[in-house]
Amino acid sequence: MSVLYDVPGPKARRLSLLISIIGAVLIAGGLVAVVLFLAAPRVNAGGVEQPGMLDPSRWDLVLDRAMWRAIIGRGLVATLQMAAVAAVLAVAWGMFLSIVRTSNTKWVRVPAIIVIEFFRGMPVLLLMLFILLVFSTGSYWAGVLALALYNGAVIGEALRSGIASLPRGQRESGLAMGLTPMQTRFSIEFPQAFRQMLPIIIAQLVVLLKDTSLSYIISYQELLNVGLKQGPTTFGSKYLFTLFFVVLAIYFLVNISLSSVARLVAHRTKGGRTRKPSKRLAAVIAQLGGAGVDGATKAGSKPVD
Amino acid sequence: MDAIIENLPRFIDAFLMTLRLLVISGAGALVLGTIIAAMRISPVAAFRVFATAYTELFRNIPLTLILFFCAFVLPYLQFRADYTTLALIGLTAYTSPFVAEAIRSGINGVPIGQAEAARAIGLSFGATLGSIILPQAIRMVIPPLINVLIALTKNTSVAGGFAVLELFATSRQLINLNGNATVAILVAVAFFYLIITVPLGQFAVRLEKKVAVLR
Repeated sequence: MSVLYDVPGPKARRLSLLISIIGAVLIAGGLVAVVLFLAAPRVNAGGVEQPGMLDPSRWDLVLDRAMWRAIIGRGLVATLQMAAVAAVLAVAWGMFLSIVRTSNTKWVRVPAIIVIEFFRGMPVLLLMLFILLVFSTGSYWAGVLALALYNGAVIGEALRSGIASLPRGQRESGLAMGLTPMQTRFSIEFPQAFRQMLPIIIAQLVVLLKDTSLSYIISYQELLNVGLKQGPTTFGSKYLFTLFFVVLAIYFLVNISLSSVARLVAHRTKGGRTRKPSKRLAAVIAQLGGAGVDGATKAGSKPVD
Repeated sequence: MDAIIENLPRFIDAFLMTLRLLVISGAGALVLGTIIAAMRISPVAAFRVFATAYTELFRNIPLTLILFFCAFVLPYLQFRADYTTLALIGLTAYTSPFVAEAIRSGINGVPIGQAEAARAIGLSFGATLGSIILPQAIRMVIPPLINVLIALTKNTSVAGGFAVLELFATSRQLINLNGNATVAILVAVAFFYLIITVPLGQFAVRLEKKVAVLR
């Protein structure tokens, strides 16, 4: 049924069914092995046997209000606060960089390129350490500023390519109407570039949110620090695995909801611009099974070419 | 400046450790990512579901959390290894879904007409894949893969927060010893990172332009 090979006969169909079943069994077996490994009792250094990771005595913590108050009330709030402030600063810094990067004056443009390349090529963690030690800002502002500088550079490049992809007539007609170059940029080019680049910008904000956890290493009291460093000392080290699971679940849920917003926005912005592939085309694509084209997932969620 | 020249051997050691993290976990992520990408586009539904879940899980949790798991939770589960190995496991696991996504979007980027045309002139399945689709897909995949490797270079610094003595951790140690040379040490470390990331980035841009002309 695929473009790539002839229609399979009964033998080939049986074979593919067999492979499907074996694959499913292998994956299920792997998952069962992981669960059994976790559930197995541990013997600690003193030779004392301790209950496995899935034992109820390790999980009664999830009913403890104090744990949730610490993890959500302090940890998650601190993480989101850092992410929100850094996101606002990053977008502002990105807009600024995209303006100076597209300047007509060489003496403005070249330093901007160097600054952008510098911040993009730098580990965020090193930036945090630099700001923390050189400017003695405290770990919160070190985290915020490092995240803003790095992600702003990325967002700036995204905005610049968004502006570059606009038809030249947009800018020209703005100037012809008597707007200054700055007015043209802000009221004509930026709104369109933003709309076009919104999925990339939101995706970058997910990265920013994830990277707030780096400030754990410079001792900011965020989700990872509160949950996994302070948690085991407050509630007992037997809960380490439980706490890890809770923190993982929170990060995952927050990020996946932001990611799905990004995907939704990407779908929306694209819907207006390019026509969606017809049903028949989608079916053909799906049959290809991705060997050639977008198909394995939702057809049309990505450009075919 | 003296602090840097005096400690140059330690910088070199740290740089080699960063390179080691980059090369080993990069290679591991390429292999694992290719397998995941193959599972993601395979006709077997179980593989597809597994690969999708794997990708979504690892792309949506921070690297710090994964390295924390490797450095502290794995030993707690009585999985014993040295910190470098644990960091390598973490970096590989974190990077592989990004590799998988880059490969998948490259393969998906080859227009369907290419496959149809190849079949129409009578090429077999192997010939279609081997001489029509894969050569185009690989060309489109390499620039994003280089970007993944650049991100990995920067991500190795996170391992420095988990008892691996690479550039970041070394810079912290040296700053503790030479408090008066903080800026110089950090700039030196930044330089070491940039001599990996900037050439890689330039290479990716050049390659991208070349590919753009071809298509």
